[in-house]
Amino acid sequence: MYNDKNSKKIVETIQNWARSHSVWVLAYGTGCGAIEIAPTMTSRYDAERLGFRGAATPRQADVMLITGYLTVKTVKRVVRVYEQMQSPKYVVGFGSCTINGGMYYDSYNTINLLDKYLPVDVYINGCMPRPEAVIAGLAKLQQIIREGKANGAEKYLENLDWYKANQRKIAPKWIAKAPDYNW
Amino acid sequence: MEYILIKTLEAIATFILAFIVGMTYGGVVRKITGRVHNRLGPPWYQNFIDAFKLFSKTRGIHHGAMHFLGAAFLMVTSVVSLMIIPVLAPGGHAWYNSWFTNMNFNGDLIFLLYIMTFGPLGMAMGAGQTGNPNSSIGVTRGLSQMVGFEIPWVMALVALMISYKTTSVIDFMNIQRETGTWLMFANPFAFIAAVLAMLGMFRYSPFDIVGAPTELASGPVSENGGKFLFTMMSSGSVFTFAKLVLYVDLFMGGANNLVMLVVKTFLLYMIPVLYGIVSPRYRTEQAVRWFWGWPTFIGLLAILYAVMF
Repeated sequence: MYNDKNSKKIVETIQNWARSHSVWVLAYGTGCGAIEIAPTMTSRYDAERLGFRGAATPRQADVMLITGYLTVKTVKRVVRVYEQMQSPKYVVGFGSCTINGGMYYDSYNTINLLDKYLPVDVYINGCMPRPEAVIAGLAKLQQIIREGKANGAEKYLENLDWYKANQRKIAPKWIAKAPDYNW
Repeated sequence: MEYILIKTLEAIATFILAFIVGMTYGGVVRKITGRVHNRLGPPWYQNFIDAFKLFSKTRGIHHGAMHFLGAAFLMVTSVVSLMIIPVLAPGGHAWYNSWFTNMNFNGDLIFLLYIMTFGPLGMAMGAGQTGNPNSSIGVTRGLSQMVGFEIPWVMALVALMISYKTTSVIDFMNIQRETGTWLMFANPFAFIAAVLAMLGMFRYSPFDIVGAPTELASGPVSENGGKFLFTMMSSGSVFTFAKLVLYVDLFMGGANNLVMLVVKTFLLYMIPVLYGIVSPRYRTEQAVRWFWGWPTFIGLLAILYAVMF
């Protein structure tokens, strides 16, 4: 009774509803986008009324916000933080920099497409996106969580070799002797 | 046999009551904080959604056996102290007043003093195993703060014990019913010292030096996600309720029914919450110095008052 297909589906629907209404955000403030998080969370736009809340550490977080460009140095940290998060976990790419490099598209030490290194669930376009755009993007994330389509963590595990190869390309020395931690 | 069954049912009912009321208080506090910040705030049932989400996380890594013990000790502390504290005043007229007294016994106040420090000690072991420096700093701060607020708290309780020659919570409630005076008026100094200690006990600002958001990354719980965090969150809620009920039992005459219980505990809970919303954070040594200043002096006055009158 508890393990048949329909019961599992009902449980999963309820779980996905809860996940979509309680999203703890780990804002990884890499670029200028971090300045938009403050008005999104405080009294003007108040994202907490929709169930968003800041998480203190990767272990407690559900969503990682990559707010801006990623240099080769920060990609290492971002990958490590992402792997410490507990699934189901989601990634939101924030601003043009995570989509095509933005104004740093031809820089020697920034990456251009975040999706090659981490599975991104939602992109928010803009340079920088205003809080309205951020809330619209987070609402989109809530929608795909509710539909059960936000499965970035499984995608990352399935294609781990491809992601690791991409990460190794930009940071060969670090990945070759990656620190030993469990995730 | 029947007696044991009924007792078990009472215990389960008490736990469910404490869980629901504690979690609702958590949500209401977030709502009130939001309104003070001129925000809409999350709905009052947000904590239930958060807890359910944490419980349905599919992954939860651990750092060894002691890591489990941290969460387990917290759970044991909150449940045991809830079981020892009588939730409703016994001897009332309603049929349910004999309920919710649970495992109460003579001398429970001394046992409670011991068991309420048990959770933080277990948490210290669990946080040590995780190896996160933020956890160790948080635990150190938490134990320092406990040394601070335990002194006025124990002084207030000792004053009550000297005045009425008993260490049973039920006896205190009976005394208040017979004399018709709440102990907060009978020995006001003890009540003031206990309320000042309560500010540290509930860990809202300015005494949120343990969790210290943005400074310590939630302190001792920083390596706990998913089901670990669910356990800690729910036992924290139950523990909050248990402590509030203890205060109501000791100083406000207990409650004859559940409505009065909720009203009294909520009013008491607003003292640390509202003081916390408008306060910044103390450093550890400032907090300890604060507790060893006026609150301890008032506790001393309470003992003198109890001895002399």
